[in-house]
Amino acid sequence: MSRLYMKGNEAVVEGALRAGVEGFFGYPITPASEIIETFAEKYFADREREKRGEKPLYPKFRVFMQMESEIASINAVMGGAAAGCRVMTASSSPGISLKQEGISYIAACELPCVIVNIMRGGPGLGSIQPEQGDYFQAVKGGGHGDYKLIVFAPNSVQEMAEHTMLLFNLTDKYRNPGMLLADGYLGQMKESMEFPEVPIEEYDKPWAITGMGEREKQNTIEFLFLTPEPMVEAKKRLLEKYKKIEANEVRYEAYKVDDAKILVTAFGTPSRVAKAAVDLAREKGIKVGLVRPITLWPFPYKIYRDLVTHQIDRVLVVELSFGQFVEDVRLGVEGKAEVKLYPRFGGIVPTEEEVLEKIMELA
Amino acid sequence: MRVSALIPRYPEPETYVGRTHYCPGCGHGTLHKLLGEVIDELGIRKRVILVEPVGCSVLALRYLKVDGVQGPHGRAPAIATAIKRLRPEAIVITYQGDGDLAAIGTNEIIHAANRGEMFTVIFVNNAVYGMTGGQMAPTTLIGQKSTTSPTGRATEYFGYPLRICELLNTLEAPVYLERVSLHDVEHITKTRAAIKKALLNQIEGRGFSLVEVLSNCPTNWKMTPEESWRFVKEEMTKVFPLGVFRDR
Repeated sequence: MSRLYMKGNEAVVEGALRAGVEGFFGYPITPASEIIETFAEKYFADREREKRGEKPLYPKFRVFMQMESEIASINAVMGGAAAGCRVMTASSSPGISLKQEGISYIAACELPCVIVNIMRGGPGLGSIQPEQGDYFQAVKGGGHGDYKLIVFAPNSVQEMAEHTMLLFNLTDKYRNPGMLLADGYLGQMKESMEFPEVPIEEYDKPWAITGMGEREKQNTIEFLFLTPEPMVEAKKRLLEKYKKIEANEVRYEAYKVDDAKILVTAFGTPSRVAKAAVDLAREKGIKVGLVRPITLWPFPYKIYRDLVTHQIDRVLVVELSFGQFVEDVRLGVEGKAEVKLYPRFGGIVPTEEEVLEKIMELA
Repeated sequence: MRVSALIPRYPEPETYVGRTHYCPGCGHGTLHKLLGEVIDELGIRKRVILVEPVGCSVLALRYLKVDGVQGPHGRAPAIATAIKRLRPEAIVITYQGDGDLAAIGTNEIIHAANRGEMFTVIFVNNAVYGMTGGQMAPTTLIGQKSTTSPTGRATEYFGYPLRICELLNTLEAPVYLERVSLHDVEHITKTRAAIKKALLNQIEGRGFSLVEVLSNCPTNWKMTPEESWRFVKEEMTKVFPLGVFRDR
């Protein structure tokens, strides 16, 4: 296995290409632009190879499009996914807000695709520094109507690639859109990585619109009901699928929790700081551990419930927003432990000493 | 000789399986039928992917037996862009109304046309939002009443009817832009020919084609079907002149 050194945004592209992405549709925005730029570079380098009579490096990657808007990008993704292809888009917070209409339609029509959000500061135009203020938007809806995205929260460049690959598999498996939710730090940070071994799963898509070809029956991808009864049935089917994902796809990392009395919890970049702070606190003899959700939906409620039932009575939540993630932690804790929030917002990531200080306040 | 022997036998339609839900006298049924006939004639039904709009024709796939997807309001050209580029062997058609294409979806149609996307657009212009109950559209005529311009469209307040063919004709990439009408048999025949030409352009890989079809909305215009077609003929064609704007 070779070691690579690259930016988080570049790792997303590398992961997508290895997962067999067929189409990328995007629009420039800081701090996510390296994704569209790297896709462009790879795509047009392959076209040059073809002109020279050489084989393309990524024969599956057939379409790269810089679209006229975020809205057009997500709708192109809808078209590509409906046509049965592995497709994705990438943006950052304000751009993701623009995509919400399309995301709702894609979820309704059960179209698999990957949406990357390299979160920046908000609300509004905000800043280009990292925040995690899009948590609710990603895991609680964002667009209109009841729906869920499978949401992965990487905390390293390696995971930016790995989770992108996993998302392509899982979104195809469940016919559901998925989101890679990373903060701007992860997109911009360069670090050494080993390329993860994620087997590429391929799923038949008999529902895709391809032109009827040999089929006798037309395939239509629609989500409009003129009477309530069929909509009730369609939504029940969605709900059943969401329950299945909740039962099977929860992922989290637990670190030094076995004898812990205090739990620190965070996702994305703050989880790395929190992990280092846990080590510093351990050196001081404080029994503290870390839980880092890897999937934000489905959320790992159970690990919190289990830990607070048996041993932990204080929980420190570190997040880069006013406090959104903390609400899910509280749902997991079910009032059985004191939950203290350490919010950092406006684009500043706390240091490990600052998190350590908060741990010591709880100890 | 039996009289029935004198009646020519036409093949059973494969694509268009009518009895639509549209209001009596509405042009959509005629246009669906024309589109279905041309698809049958060209033998492309099994290759077609239709992108439905949001509007009265949101359920067009019930009447046209081809593969297809229902897009968000105005976004059909972006959806079609991806489908056609990922599946170039498919014949991709968007069917959009004037609220869909000329208001909320203006950005998408201009950029798809400007890129010369290789799909075909059937643009139905009836100067009003039909499905939502007769609100003013960008194409509503000056002085024309609607539920949101109850005293008639005033230019100083709402601006002027938007002419899509003329607008797209400023772009380099489109290969075929024609405005036709459904107001009488002669023009229905011309519409059929325009649709055929637009689809042939796609089959032959020439580029972006758009056929703007002037149609009616007797329900929301509060007219009989006959009066509505007279309005198309006498009023709409003055503002939206018929003809070929681009044919390369």
